[in-house]
Amino acid sequence: MTAIMSELQTATLRKTALFDLHERLGARIVPFAGWAMPVRYKGIVDEHNAVRQRAGVFDVSHMGRLFIVAADGGRLLRSAVTYDVARIKEGRGHYSLLCNEEGGIIDDPYVYRIDAERLLVIGNAANAERDLAQIQSLVEPEMAVELIDRQEQTVMLAVQGPAAGAYMARVVGPEVAALPKRACTELPYMQYKLFVSRTGYTGEDGFELVTSPEAGRAIWRQLLADGVEPCGLGARDTLRLEAALPLWGNDIDENTNPYEAGLTWVVTLDDGADFIGRDALVRIKTDTPKRKLAHLKAIDRGVIRDRYPVLHDGAVVGSVASGSFSPTLGVSIAMAYLPPALAAEGTELSIDVRGRPLRVVVVPRPFVSHGAKQRTNL
Amino acid sequence: MAANPDDRKYSKEHEWIKVEGDVAVIGITDFAQDQLGDVVYVDLPEAGATITQFEKMGEIESVKAVSDLYTPASGEVREANKLVVEKPELVNSDPLGDGWLLKLHLSDPAELEKLLSAADYDAFIATAQNDEAIGP
Repeated sequence: MTAIMSELQTATLRKTALFDLHERLGARIVPFAGWAMPVRYKGIVDEHNAVRQRAGVFDVSHMGRLFIVAADGGRLLRSAVTYDVARIKEGRGHYSLLCNEEGGIIDDPYVYRIDAERLLVIGNAANAERDLAQIQSLVEPEMAVELIDRQEQTVMLAVQGPAAGAYMARVVGPEVAALPKRACTELPYMQYKLFVSRTGYTGEDGFELVTSPEAGRAIWRQLLADGVEPCGLGARDTLRLEAALPLWGNDIDENTNPYEAGLTWVVTLDDGADFIGRDALVRIKTDTPKRKLAHLKAIDRGVIRDRYPVLHDGAVVGSVASGSFSPTLGVSIAMAYLPPALAAEGTELSIDVRGRPLRVVVVPRPFVSHGAKQRTNL
Repeated sequence: MAANPDDRKYSKEHEWIKVEGDVAVIGITDFAQDQLGDVVYVDLPEAGATITQFEKMGEIESVKAVSDLYTPASGEVREANKLVVEKPELVNSDPLGDGWLLKLHLSDPAELEKLLSAADYDAFIATAQNDEAIGP
């Protein structure tokens, strides 16, 4: 067996405020978007199952955290994203997209309206600087607006799983367990401010937290002491893929548009507001789509990985955007852009797994839907 | 991790081989399974196949990595571990026991001289570990 070794130059990588805690837990650390991040502690499958069955906690402090503070912050943000953020009520959040002038997706941030004055934009680690630059470029002189990048000064945790609410009630307070889906709030924790939202990237019930490093470390430790599983980016990836949530850089990027990615619901055109990429998206919406993001489930054994060719009748018809073994289903799953005629449910195709064909079938999304099922008590 | 037992020999590709009469059992080491993480797929040669020392004999895949398997000795495959094909996680839970991969009829037992003792393999992985490891 040859291990796939990669020299890890941690010296040049950014570290989260919980890095020493991950090392002490024996986490395997990998470079990710310029950060030294834990990919697994015990093992991806155990961590994955913990989130599906109980609860897990992830350090996601590499994510971008941009606060927009202004009376008309919503107007500024509307000009930057595809979704009509005016529809987001105070104490709520919504998924959104930043596009370029061609309608290509440059990031897919989650936007929260904390209160009348403040919006919080959670973007991908790799895109944090670009998101800030794009929003900054739209600030007009008469806008009294402050853009505050809090990626350095805060930590971000995700507590996910059917028992996440019960653990959060115990560690943070009963009021968070009462938060509706996609709602957010701020409360005191120790002497710090703690932002909590009922959101996540796993397909399960759960919470995302933004707070000071001190409070974040204390919450992390308490959750672990109570029995919440520490989870790495490996499980985060298998969980989000089972939930068919797109990953920027794999399933969506500058060369994909929201319509072919199945993200029509994140594009608001009927409010008349202008935003970067709007003209292109109006045009793309009426065009006949060239391809569509399809969800594929393996019939045969084997592991589907990113960028493997997708074949139909022996011809290459696409390539895997995201592919992995699904711990919940026990077979491989994948997302791939395919000609619309081949993206219909029930279509059989095959994946070229290093020269060996692996049969797959197009299935509806998500691959696994547990989130709606139940919330469990401790 | 468990110590590497000295009832068998080891290769630098992290396979072990244990001779039992005229048959040798082959598997991957505890170090290897730990580096790979959760094993989810194993592709092994079938009984009757002839394999050659240090050449590729199969593939092993974890959630995050794919790796070739190299045989530590030449010979004819007597049996591939069907249990491991059905339950690849056995490679993680018992790499030196129930997680064995192949039983082989050795064609040249003298080849085993080219392999490492348990002590030599311990020293070898100590260096490998310093190289800190494995992605993605």
